[in-house]
Amino acid sequence: MHEISDLIACEHCDAVFHKLSLSNGEIARCTRCGAEIDRNAQERRNHLLPLTIASLIIFVIANTFPIVQIELQGLVSKTTLMGAVLSLSTEGVSLVALLVLATTILFPFMQMLILFYLLIPSTNPDDRPGFSLLIRVMQMLRPWGMVEVFMLGVLVALIKLSNMATIIPGIALWAFCMLTVMLTVVVSFNPRYLWQLEISEQEEK
Amino acid sequence: MTNNAMINIATLPKTELNTEFARARFKTTSSLGILACHQCGKLWKEAQEGERCLHCNATLHMRKPDSLNRTWALLITACIMYIPANMLPVMITSTFFDTHQDTILSGIIFFWVSGDWGLAAIVFIASFLVPLLKLASLFILVISAQRQSLWRQLERAKLYHLVEIIGRWSMLDVFVVSLLVGLVQIQGFAQITAGVGIVAFGAVVVLTMLASLSFDPRLIWDTADSQISSQSVTAIDGSNKSV
Ligand SMILES: [Zn+2]
Ligand SMILES: [Zn+2]
Repeated sequence: MHEISDLIACEHCDAVFHKLSLSNGEIARCTRCGAEIDRNAQERRNHLLPLTIASLIIFVIANTFPIVQIELQGLVSKTTLMGAVLSLSTEGVSLVALLVLATTILFPFMQMLILFYLLIPSTNPDDRPGFSLLIRVMQMLRPWGMVEVFMLGVLVALIKLSNMATIIPGIALWAFCMLTVMLTVVVSFNPRYLWQLEISEQEEK
Repeated sequence: MTNNAMINIATLPKTELNTEFARARFKTTSSLGILACHQCGKLWKEAQEGERCLHCNATLHMRKPDSLNRTWALLITACIMYIPANMLPVMITSTFFDTHQDTILSGIIFFWVSGDWGLAAIVFIASFLVPLLKLASLFILVISAQRQSLWRQLERAKLYHLVEIIGRWSMLDVFVVSLLVGLVQIQGFAQITAGVGIVAFGAVVVLTMLASLSFDPRLIWDTADSQISSQSVTAIDGSNKSV
């Protein structure tokens, strides 16, 4: 078993190419199917750590405060995301409650935490236990974090309610808006490139 | 950001292998007998199916194991769940005066008749059109891959990519219902509860996502044609060329 280091394969159509050395921000695309095969992610990585930390803070705010408050003939009701999950689970649709919990809270939170851990600059890459396992977890979680879809869901629900009740947006609504934008950048980072960065780190030494 | 087109080794002018290369058009890992690590992207020569990547320890496979069977099973289950997802109520609204039940479609019609056309269109696309198109697309992809069809390979590759991107958006209705259930809990006055339909609907979304994840897009390109040429060209450097 030998490594072939001068070639690269397209994950989507299996075509094999000669590896090109890419400068900062350059993307290599497959000429057969058009998919991205390689990218110089060094610069991206430098922006990623602060952005991940900021996302984690916003995430906590988004989940602590109520998303919205409704007022109906003097009666008031409000909910956080977790509150919505809990009311679902008490109503016997606990499978749906689990699905919402996983896709909007648990998975995005895990993605951010893992990315944060993997991105912390360290002098010795060997003292980062679980590197390979965590990248695998990141790749598995990637399709299942759905904060942006949830955001659209909130908007649809609010318009639906606006006919029958007065709506007062909560702090978490704005936090979710920000989180959607930030996570689009954070989560679109393919964890596979962390390997590439790890290698260049080792080579520098 | 610039796009950098790659040079496939097949397109390099290289000795007598040119004719073979022309027939195969693109050299692939399967035709070259190398295994690509799906996790870190490294390529391995003389590696066995099921061996571990020396770089990241992931298991090496030529293709996703048992891809077509898994995709079929998930796809058929999704089709079965699609029926209760659209027939059963997803949401039950009880007010002081009456109780009424909403299915996915009646929710869309409600938006339409109350004049929220933009919203009706968004929910119609995300909750009705996307799941339906996704099921249809996956059927086309699986059947054509199974027949090793040469029909519109590039378009099918793009279709798969599209299915992967838009699939998640059908979760929209699950989130709408969850939020309404959490929010509208004014005892005795107005209360929204979730219906069983939303469980089936959530299942359809998860099953179709799993189906598209278990489908291996490389199967689109694994045609009978490329397999014939793979037997005649075995080495990448041309030192091991054959008839
Ligand atoms: Zn490709
Ligand atoms: Zn690997």
